[in-house]
Amino acid sequence: MPNTFIKIASVTVGSGGASSIDFSSIPSTYTDLVVKLSYRTTDATNTATLISNFNNDTAGNYNNRFLFGTGSSTGSGNYTSNGSNYHGYGNISTTTASTFANAEIYIPNYAGSAFKSSSADNVSENNATAANATLSANIWNSTSAINRVTLGVYAQNFAQYSTATLYGIKNS
Amino acid sequence: MTTAIEVNCATGEVVERPLTAEELAQREADAAAFAAAEHEKEVAAAEAAVAKAALLAKLGITEDEAKLLLA
Repeated sequence: MPNTFIKIASVTVGSGGASSIDFSSIPSTYTDLVVKLSYRTTDATNTATLISNFNNDTAGNYNNRFLFGTGSSTGSGNYTSNGSNYHGYGNISTTTASTFANAEIYIPNYAGSAFKSSSADNVSENNATAANATLSANIWNSTSAINRVTLGVYAQNFAQYSTATLYGIKNS
Repeated sequence: MTTAIEVNCATGEVVERPLTAEELAQREADAAAFAAAEHEKEVAAAEAAVAKAALLAKLGITEDEAKLLLA
């Protein structure tokens, strides 16, 4: 049972925003990876859909399943042959100032030779009674070891002070 | 200018770089696809609402009464 969190890298988005946050040359010496993310976007009009990609693969090699709640409704869905992992909705620029969505993406056996699963929880925050919460399960149809994780918000930009930290987990 | 942040986990180096023309084109395509998908969802929801209202009218019951039937 993996029981240690070791910070591999962390980044905070600067004043210009960023379309993506990319962790490359990830060492293969851990059993699992975890990404913890605090974010909002610079876009006022669309939903902020958090996505991730492995090894720069943006082809239709991902399958996604998810459950969500909005505070007033619930639902579920799936995407097949998608171009990324799907993690649900976060904060946009019109949500309450200085509030950030939170997400955690867990990637077990990232250096193994089987297809790569990942799971994530993702919750928006608006200092209000309603919030989007999404649990997602994804699989990347590749046997390659994951050495690169790219985070993005579909067709939007991460806003200043968004942060992402990559942890490695192992049992010793 | 739209930028991407790249962190090299082996060296710790962090680079913030402008997107390439190809990446910018892809983002525009993504945004267009997203807008189209959202529009499609709105149209589907509106059509479902119209169909639901028509069915309720045909049955001569309210939405709350329909919920009672399914409870």
